[in-house]
Amino acid sequence: MSMPFYVAPEQWMKDKADFARKGIARGRALAALTYADGILICAENSSATLRKVSEIYDRIAFAGAGKYNEYDRLRIAGVRHADLKGYSFSREDVDAQSLANAYAQMLGDVFTHEAKPMEVEILVAEVGDEPDSDRLFHILYDGTVVDEQGVTVLGGEAEAILERVKATYEPGQPLEAALRATVEALAGAERTLTAKELEVAVLTRGHGRRSFRRLSADEVTTALGGGEVAPAPGDAPTPVASTTAEVEAESETGPREAPDAPDEGDAQRDGDGDA
Amino acid sequence: MTLPIFRADDDPGPSFLDVLRRAGGEPRWGDLPRDISPHEHTHGTTVVAIRYADGVVMAGDRRATSGNLISHRTMEKVFPADRHSGVAIAGAAGPAVEMVKLFQLQLEHYEKVEGAGLSLEGKANQLGQMVRQHLPAAMQGFVVVPLFAGFDVRRGVGRLFEYDVTGGRYEESDFAATGSGSLHAGTVIKMGFRPQLDRTDAVELSINALFQAADEDSATGGPDVIRGIYPVIATITADGFQRLDDVEIAERFRALLDRMSAPGGTTTTGISPTVHGGSDR
Repeated sequence: MSMPFYVAPEQWMKDKADFARKGIARGRALAALTYADGILICAENSSATLRKVSEIYDRIAFAGAGKYNEYDRLRIAGVRHADLKGYSFSREDVDAQSLANAYAQMLGDVFTHEAKPMEVEILVAEVGDEPDSDRLFHILYDGTVVDEQGVTVLGGEAEAILERVKATYEPGQPLEAALRATVEALAGAERTLTAKELEVAVLTRGHGRRSFRRLSADEVTTALGGGEVAPAPGDAPTPVASTTAEVEAESETGPREAPDAPDEGDAQRDGDGDA
Repeated sequence: MTLPIFRADDDPGPSFLDVLRRAGGEPRWGDLPRDISPHEHTHGTTVVAIRYADGVVMAGDRRATSGNLISHRTMEKVFPADRHSGVAIAGAAGPAVEMVKLFQLQLEHYEKVEGAGLSLEGKANQLGQMVRQHLPAAMQGFVVVPLFAGFDVRRGVGRLFEYDVTGGRYEESDFAATGSGSLHAGTVIKMGFRPQLDRTDAVELSINALFQAADEDSATGGPDVIRGIYPVIATITADGFQRLDDVEIAERFRALLDRMSAPGGTTTTGISPTVHGGSDR
């Protein structure tokens, strides 16, 4: 497409950034935090098949928020990068930092050179031998890498959720407590989230070579104490109010919320070529 | 290292081998010179797999040879392929170990990319393709012949597969043996095999088979009581791939040697576990 009018580079970059941010804000959020035995990643995702959180390598996990087909492509590239590196050198030489840098280079290049930036935010998490060597790399749509300490939130309403997670976060919590607090923070005061609407995975320290493990719906339900997160006393919603809240939440996510709609997700996969 | 990103119409899919080929890192055994003598490369020898009530037991001796010399005493030939399957190798040691490494990676890579593991049948076919791709090197003397066994979690049974050098895949219902001592090992198993053996008897049968193979074949290593080196034995059941503790294997070999050196014992025929396996329980 030709550009008939001059657009200042500042404006051009700002437009792209706004576009990417809007796309990411439409997706549902996920939170990652360190706990006693490793790293917990908890995403709001009602699909049991279209994953936001997955395994990259022995100690490394990936999580993406935003447009499904775009972050899933990055996830597969990450698996290939890690497996190739582990094959050429050794399994110990595969680390989150070099993967995070590779992602940052790629997202930065796409943001600068392509017409459409990627509407994704991704997380590369690595569990270390000691709690001090746990790593959370949060990579933004323009290639910015943030080395997060202890907690991070990606996706829509990230700032509000991050505030709520940080309010209850303590390093070295047991898994149940960390999960309960994270789910409460993702849900906010007006909603409740059940295991069916969540995707939860952990990277655990010292449990064999592959430290990535998904928590089953039953495990999540047990950890949450019987299924639902009870909202804080005082603002317990009536059934009608909770339905309204859900409807609002749905409309906020808009038509492009791929991870929750398998059919749309497949359609997006087909459109991968022009992404 | 840059991120391996491919266009959608040019994507290698869930195959690690294809990704590796694009990255130019694929091992090319076919390029090896033709006139390399057996003394210059290492051979691994006898491995067996036996089906029993809970799954499959796999066992392999520890010797690697270069011509008529012993090049390694502690080589391992039985490996986990993933949680519910194992692979055992015989033949040219370098390419064989490399094939196992690639096969393990291939299964894990597929599982990570697709979000679900291959079926046992799929894994067996994949290994067959890898053996077939190795055919040019096999024609130059670098033969690799693996055994593959696993617990089929979808059907709830143990299954085992053997291969020929062209990648031909043959599912066996009872047992399989490959490598230079496989003729003797296979005969011992054939004489002692019954359907639905229990774990003790199946392990005992594999120990007998490897002992007799080592007794007749110079390239197969027997129990090395001086250095404390014993064959690698593993079971694959619903609980996954489990390697037997060296202490247990050492005790069983000691018991076997005691029986054989006792007056009236025999060192020339296979010992049926129906007679002697029972004494271990």
